[in-house]
Amino acid sequence: MTSPVATIPTRATEQGPLADLAQETLALTRRLFLQLVRRPSTLIAGILQPLIWLLLFGALFSNAPEGLLPGGMGYGRFLGAGVIVFTAFSGALNAGLPLMFDREFGFLNRLLVAPLRSRRSIVFASVIYITSLSLLQSLAIIGTSALIGYGWPSAAGLALVMLTLLLLVFAFTALSLGLAFALPGHIELIAVIFVANLPLLFASTALAPLSFMPIWLSWLASLNPLTFAIEPIRAAYAGGPLDLGGVMLEAPYGAVSGYQCLSVLFLLAVGLFLLISPLLNRKLA
Amino acid sequence: MPVIELQQIEKSYGPVQALKGLSLTVPRGCLYGLLGPNGAGKTTTIRILATLLEPDAGSVKVAGLDALREPRAVRCELGYVAQEVAIDKILTGREMLQLQGDLYHLRPAERDARIADLIDRLGMESWLDRRCGTYSGGMRRRLDLASGLLHKPQLLVLDEPTVGLDIESRSVIWELLRELRLQGTTVLLSSHYLEEVEALADRMAIIDDGRVIAEGTPDQLKQRLGGDRVTLRVREFSNEVEAEQVRQLLEPVDGVRQVVVNRAQGFSLNLVVDGEQVLSRLREQLDAAQLPVFALAQSRPSLDDVYLQATGRTLMDAELAVVGQRDAKQERKSSMR
Ligand SMILES: Nc1ncnc2c1ncn2[C@@H]1O[C@H](COP(=O)(O)OP(=O)(O)O)[C@@H](O)[C@H]1O
Ligand SMILES: [Mg+2]
Repeated sequence: MTSPVATIPTRATEQGPLADLAQETLALTRRLFLQLVRRPSTLIAGILQPLIWLLLFGALFSNAPEGLLPGGMGYGRFLGAGVIVFTAFSGALNAGLPLMFDREFGFLNRLLVAPLRSRRSIVFASVIYITSLSLLQSLAIIGTSALIGYGWPSAAGLALVMLTLLLLVFAFTALSLGLAFALPGHIELIAVIFVANLPLLFASTALAPLSFMPIWLSWLASLNPLTFAIEPIRAAYAGGPLDLGGVMLEAPYGAVSGYQCLSVLFLLAVGLFLLISPLLNRKLA
Repeated sequence: MPVIELQQIEKSYGPVQALKGLSLTVPRGCLYGLLGPNGAGKTTTIRILATLLEPDAGSVKVAGLDALREPRAVRCELGYVAQEVAIDKILTGREMLQLQGDLYHLRPAERDARIADLIDRLGMESWLDRRCGTYSGGMRRRLDLASGLLHKPQLLVLDEPTVGLDIESRSVIWELLRELRLQGTTVLLSSHYLEEVEALADRMAIIDDGRVIAEGTPDQLKQRLGGDRVTLRVREFSNEVEAEQVRQLLEPVDGVRQVVVNRAQGFSLNLVVDGEQVLSRLREQLDAAQLPVFALAQSRPSLDDVYLQATGRTLMDAELAVVGQRDAKQERKSSMR
């Protein structure tokens, strides 16, 4: 019964930790995209909703007196930046959902039994997936708003748009992944996403400039991370030379430059990743 | 060197002590059965082996590796088929297996060749490119088995692999397990089916209430008990007083080794006897005491008798006692990462 022939499995030559890491991360990312393609309703809703906003809100204020908005911008063009940011933001906020389902339905255990090089690849895969998805959706909106005549940023402007979105998406993906491990189930996670979504939108400069708001709201809006993403993108859409050193937000507490907006987003992203790091270490230990 | 060495494992879930000093040694190349009723601690033991759980105390060695210090190395050597199958319903079987292969870092060519081979052996060709959500329980289980074997582990661990399966799937799985054993893979399977362990296992342990209560080959366990079994019912449903009377009446009979009252089975009596002639002596004794005989049967000892002897109840009764008492939802929730 105890056969002396040890059956050492005939593994192919080892391929090194980095290649392993790439392989496992890619496979996990592929799974998320397969899920998306087979259940396209999320994707479709994620693109349709902002487009409808763009069209309806744009139409709603299309007859507003000219010169009302800073820089004499038309409302559609003003709104474009807000909708792009909001789309990326909602996408990122949903990043934790697939992970939460995997926790709840035991699929995570299947991943944890495998000899992953690093269990962080589970997190990397979510970040890669959500980032590419959000950027894709934003591009769809950038394209559409150009088509309906709301303008188009310069090449440098487009780079600024992508950089800003990237920072924003990282920050809220981190938050959502943290919540996916901290909350007890998907019901709670969906509730948090739902509750966070609209107030963050309305208490930002997505729909109206600070100058339209009562003072308390303008305080809230100029502390809201969404605003720090919206203003640089709006600047990229304004036409004319891009000056990141120039003032982009006249906040009640003082003027905020483009660099400062980006720094806030950068610090937020880094801060949130540091914040969830111990939680991830514990849950994936 | 044994492939599995568990020593004095203890594990609690809150106030519930699931494992109470469980020790287990599984030799290389062996098909090993872990038999025990629901709640005995089989799943907990297997999850500890699969590095999903850490024990509160005790040592865990798999393939000579300390599973608590080198869990990743252990994961490379081990294939695991869980009790509850977690699959991604929206992926096809092939996509699930490719994912699994990538998580074990197989080269794509090697991975796909391996998938083809296993799918053939498990008879699931026509299902491979359909979504897992459409699979029957048996098909899911086969897919899970293929996942567990993809990286050619030297040890395969299965938690109740055939519970609730159709007969065909069951025989496919049994066949594959036997084949693996012949090829030298060590297999550990848990079950609460006597027949399954009896049909498959070279060696086995009976576990009850978080401990191993008997260990050896199935034949050894039965022989160790010795004697024949007699089941006696004086009437269909007796009572404690009468059963106790009968017990005292029959215990002194020549050739009777032991009499146990089986409360769960209408206070019937289970006797261990030597030889064939005892049965007629029992009848005489009962006649003399003017007791009726509803049923009286003699048999060779079975694995169930081994369990009965050690715990005072049959495996089936132990199983029934737990039914409805465990809250699967709650347990899943509390063991969520
Ligand atoms: N996640 C859990 N939370 C609380 N109790 C649990 C949990 N998992 C198992 N138990 C308890 O531990 C004991 C052993 O369970 P388990 O290992 O699943 O046994 P088996 O697989 O033999 O049925 C049982 O009493 C069960 O109710
Ligand atoms: Mg179990």
